[in-house]
Amino acid sequence: MKFAVIVFPGSNCDVDCYYAVKDGLVEEVEYVWHQEKNLSKYDVIMLPGGFSYGDYLRAGAIARFSPVMEAVREEAEKGKFIIGICNGFQILTEAGLLPGALRKNEGLKFICKTVSIIVENDKTPFTTRLKKGQEILLPIAHGEGNYYVDDKTLKELKENNQIVFRYKENINGSVERIAGVINKKGNVLGMMPHPERAYAPLLGNTDGLYILGSIVDNFVKGGV
Amino acid sequence: MDKIWRELGLTDEEYEKIISILGREPNITELGMYSVMWSEHCAYKNSKPLLKYLPTKGERVIQGPGENAGVLDIGDNLAVVMKIESHNHPSAIEPYQGAATGVGGIIRDIFTMGARPIALLDSLRFGIPDDKRTKYLIENVVAGIADYGNCIGIPTVGGDTYFEESYKGNPLVNAMCVGIVEKDKIKKGIAKGIGNPVMIVGATTGRDGIGGASFASQELSEESEEKRPSVQVGDPFMEKLLLEACLELFETDAVVAIQDMGAAGLTSSSCEMASRGGTGMELDLDKVPLREEGMTPYEIMLSESQERMLVVVEKGKEEDVQKVFKKWGLNAATIGKITDDGMIRVIKDGKVVAEVPAKSLTEDAPQYVREEEVPKWQEDVNKLDINEIKPPEDMNKALKDVISSLNIASKEWIYSQYDYMVRTDTVITPGMDAAVVRIKGTKKAVALTTDCNGRYCYLDPYIGSQIAVAEAARNLCMVGAKPIGVTDCLNFGNPEKKEIYWQLKNSIFGIAKACETLQIPVVSGNVSLYNENEEGAIYPTPVIGMAGLIEDVSKICTMDFKKERDVIIILGENKGEIGGSEYLKVCFGMVKGQPPQIDLEEEKRLQELVLKLIDKGLINSSHDISEGGFAVALVESAISGKKGAKISLQTSLREDIELFSESQSRALITVSPEKVEEVLKIAYEYQVPAQKVGVVEGKKIAIEVNGKKIIDLPLEVLEESWRGRIKWEMERN
Repeated sequence: MKFAVIVFPGSNCDVDCYYAVKDGLVEEVEYVWHQEKNLSKYDVIMLPGGFSYGDYLRAGAIARFSPVMEAVREEAEKGKFIIGICNGFQILTEAGLLPGALRKNEGLKFICKTVSIIVENDKTPFTTRLKKGQEILLPIAHGEGNYYVDDKTLKELKENNQIVFRYKENINGSVERIAGVINKKGNVLGMMPHPERAYAPLLGNTDGLYILGSIVDNFVKGGV
Repeated sequence: MDKIWRELGLTDEEYEKIISILGREPNITELGMYSVMWSEHCAYKNSKPLLKYLPTKGERVIQGPGENAGVLDIGDNLAVVMKIESHNHPSAIEPYQGAATGVGGIIRDIFTMGARPIALLDSLRFGIPDDKRTKYLIENVVAGIADYGNCIGIPTVGGDTYFEESYKGNPLVNAMCVGIVEKDKIKKGIAKGIGNPVMIVGATTGRDGIGGASFASQELSEESEEKRPSVQVGDPFMEKLLLEACLELFETDAVVAIQDMGAAGLTSSSCEMASRGGTGMELDLDKVPLREEGMTPYEIMLSESQERMLVVVEKGKEEDVQKVFKKWGLNAATIGKITDDGMIRVIKDGKVVAEVPAKSLTEDAPQYVREEEVPKWQEDVNKLDINEIKPPEDMNKALKDVISSLNIASKEWIYSQYDYMVRTDTVITPGMDAAVVRIKGTKKAVALTTDCNGRYCYLDPYIGSQIAVAEAARNLCMVGAKPIGVTDCLNFGNPEKKEIYWQLKNSIFGIAKACETLQIPVVSGNVSLYNENEEGAIYPTPVIGMAGLIEDVSKICTMDFKKERDVIIILGENKGEIGGSEYLKVCFGMVKGQPPQIDLEEEKRLQELVLKLIDKGLINSSHDISEGGFAVALVESAISGKKGAKISLQTSLREDIELFSESQSRALITVSPEKVEEVLKIAYEYQVPAQKVGVVEGKKIAIEVNGKKIIDLPLEVLEESWRGRIKWEMERN
């Protein structure tokens, strides 16, 4: 199977995603420049972290207009697996592929540390290597990770089991400590923590492979 | 407007020298060019005669001082590129942008050399954060570093931070960047090939930062606030694009030479490249993409607008450059060409508006050997009679006070604002003896640190500076890295004052001696003088940035206790030195005495021993004993390993001195019980004293001295004091 890592001007975890797939999963992976209009040859699409367009205006607000985002939308509709991490999550919410929005952290400071994450939904194609309620450790590194949804949407998220991860403790002010959500169809995941930074024993953490590995386990050619 | 040169920071004698070089009076543009190039910041006119004492050669040195950054061979066709630079003056006036552009500038110095930047470090000095202004400076310097480094996606993996009264109003912001380059792809700023086009790439040129280099070469005063416009404004997104575009451009064969446009902007980049190449350069300012209308030649030549590069391109390959920069949405404009007459010729509206010899800007700057004098205060501050200091009755309290002192407490409040993991190469993260960054595709890794105890240097600049080098090297050895190169940032007061020049000279001699003995060459660096304001000069602060090489990253060691029952061993000798110690400052409010002495041969033996023990896989943890002495090293290893310790010390020293003495050339290691004999045997062979002092045990720190219990504290109590102090200090009103 083949992963695409989308590169926007200002992406900087593109390298992290690339090596997590290449060395962590030992799967095929390619960088794809944001001007690309066709993603049909890829099986999984990763929107990496970073500061696309310098996060000017709002994080992800400009990247959503990149030509590649139309292609991402098409592949999402086909049911391909799409994962947006950190800035990638912000872009997915800005593009309307995921509900909610990400605001500045409650403490107004960038936070880089490894935190405890609780698995809320183990039935998604991204979490089958995990158990509901399981606690894993993942790095976070963001200034705008404070997830917000209105009450009505929050209710829907709960009803549809769309909340995938929560922080164990309040880290950034997110509504109900939400760290990651999935779309209704169950093929587009967005999360602030970085599974792609936790793939090698040398880095002291391999918990990210639960998530990236689940994608490989659940891969069906052409999408779900 | 007579004697305008004085306003630009030139002396009457310097002005006369310009006239004799040109054979006429300079016009305002030319005068501006000389004023920035002959400033201390660009010309090192007060320090150059001293810097030549630093050892700069070594078998790994590919590029020593004089280029944009130093380069060291690490085998496998790879090289480490490193440089540290100060941004003290701008940060004192406009801390956020000052610090941010400091980071931006040093990153450009690294990728200019063709290297991919892999790590940033920051050495920071502030006053005590008990007033609003100091907190404002800390808050914004840290945010400026964070926002720039995080956005561009280069991990900030380490550094050091000290808080001392002497830095109040004159904070130090020294940024270090390290990159990796394939040896055959190193780029240099040597302008060659008559007729080759000169291109300006990256951001447009505006009115920001004009005269920044001159401003950075004066003392700070009340009027400094008016110099705020000479602080540049950073755009990390632009720099990220510039970085990727340049690295992509280097894959083509279009580039002859390249230099970043930092201090003194277009002036310095053009004359330095031409000077190195023995060529001249003709620049047509009408072709420079400008941010604002109506800019004068003076403004364009002196602008310090960020995120720009000057590139000399192989003739006919301008299109290749255009193509790459267009992809990244950046400007690339041909603004001139290389000439054979050695002149920097500046043209505006078809007329020559400046014409000066390139070499006169770079090589003819005056050099000053100043007068020196031992400071009046020196004798008095060096006096210390420990018998006049009564040991504290409650040693538990003393330990808590020391462990939670600003200089020793966890710096997590600072480094958690930095993305230290991006690129997933950070194997040892901030807060340990040294950061370790692996090199993907190899077994190698680079260990990095910055160090300098300004207090030691104040008490004795010669000894203090030797210690700065020794400690940096020791920190690298603690993680299993062999020190290979130094980049130094010499922060001092006004060298025109005799006692400051004495400090500067003795400090450089100290660095030279330590680097020679430990065989670590200085490959790049920066001098920042005039760090003083109405209240006086800063402590002499020669910050040592150092890189070490790890051949096999799987063998690294860290400071945290690993296993219950491991035996705790002190390597090295406690000589009972509390002069200039953190203990003396925290518990008695004194900065006095002689700093710890250092025997560099002894230091070398200790470092070689620790490297040997790590390489043989004989030890489970290793930690440098430095500020706060044995007691602090013990608590730090315990906290980071989440395991306590039971210690029993036999000593002829006073118990407080036994715990808090800052004697050099020491390390705290832990060893599995079955390996103790072997470790002691090897230590004996290296002639390093080794003393078994206790075991890793439980969840508290218990210390007996000569059979008397003097410390008994739960680890969590110590951890709380240590971890929370800086956050608490920053958040309280």
